[in-house]
Amino acid sequence: MATDKDQPTATPQQRADAIQLVLRRKGELPDTFVPDFTDHAEEEWITDNGARMVARAWVNPAFRARMLANGKAAAEEMGFEFPAHHRHLVVLENTADIHNVIVCTLCSCTAYTIIGAAPDWYKDIDYRARVVRESRTVLREMGLDLPPTTEIRVWDTTADHRYMVLPVQPPATIGWPEEKLAKIVTQDSMIGVSRLDDLKG
Amino acid sequence: VDGIHDLGGKQGFGRVNYPSPPHDETWEPLVRALSAFAMRKRIYNMDEMRHAIERMDPRYYLTAPYYERHLTAVATLLVEKDVITREELEALAGGAFPLSSPIGPGRLPAPPQSFAIGEKVRVKNEFVPGHVRMPGYIRGKVGVVVGISPPYPFPDSAGHGMQAPMEPTYDVRFRSRDLWPDSCDDALNHVGVFQSYLEKVESA
Repeated sequence: MATDKDQPTATPQQRADAIQLVLRRKGELPDTFVPDFTDHAEEEWITDNGARMVARAWVNPAFRARMLANGKAAAEEMGFEFPAHHRHLVVLENTADIHNVIVCTLCSCTAYTIIGAAPDWYKDIDYRARVVRESRTVLREMGLDLPPTTEIRVWDTTADHRYMVLPVQPPATIGWPEEKLAKIVTQDSMIGVSRLDDLKG
Repeated sequence: VDGIHDLGGKQGFGRVNYPSPPHDETWEPLVRALSAFAMRKRIYNMDEMRHAIERMDPRYYLTAPYYERHLTAVATLLVEKDVITREELEALAGGAFPLSSPIGPGRLPAPPQSFAIGEKVRVKNEFVPGHVRMPGYIRGKVGVVVGISPPYPFPDSAGHGMQAPMEPTYDVRFRSRDLWPDSCDDALNHVGVFQSYLEKVESA
């Protein structure tokens, strides 16, 4: 279906509004759905969820073991939710010598209810094309210069389980309470384009 | 399909635009909500959504932002499922509304087989005309199973609105040097691979 050559393409805003209007006129779409869904997504599906899981894993070895064995059960234990098609969450443990990084080369899948909506750069064609083949180079360009001895593990989200990285706890923060630790965990560190090791207390 | 969306390992792209400059487009959350609505109403499923994006004109795919691709797929599926017509959409939008190209036939899974953690496996040398979740860069390559995930609907069926049998997926580990010899950074590449895409490797 090629675009009608006689008229210019409507803007994305006009096109999205048109879909919404048609669905409302047909009585399919309740007026409250879009604002309610958007509020829910912005309030509940946030980076803080994953950050709290990471912080708990740092201070609680039993939780850490449960999280590494079954990330979804560990998230649900903390009250976090998943869309129906995310049936499994694989937690990837960074160490001093192993670095994990996540991508979705075919689209831009993420565990968005746990680490928050994917940032724009994650959806960039350049990231999707290059990070699988030029991982070390891309990470360096993004500010993470890994030693040559670090083993890089790239995870391509091509099926419907999801990944998150468990970063290494910064040594300077050993002994901090869980709530304070959660505040230093970034979305980038749970995708694996940054590490927190060098963070000062 | 060997579509433009299958970007992993393609060369010539540049630096990632990182960190992302802030932007605030009100139509983006609207598209996200409309797509979620259609999926909750079971007008289409996640794989049909992905395949509708893959069916976009490749030139348009590469230049459209992420949510414009979603917008195109939502509209395409609502038209294909006879929920709305393209004429209604274009009249209300006040301009042309590009849609994805028509859908072709899907396929059923391969006969069931199973693989164990630590087992060496080969990705089948298949060229699938419809929806498929095997990135081209692992086609025909040998790797090792490092993880097993619960059964999911087989995407090559689900993406075409067919009854989709469930099957497990395997996290398969490849060495980057086996995927792109002489032209990559050293890494271990892991891909979530549906069971039907894999075959046994004869032990030497």
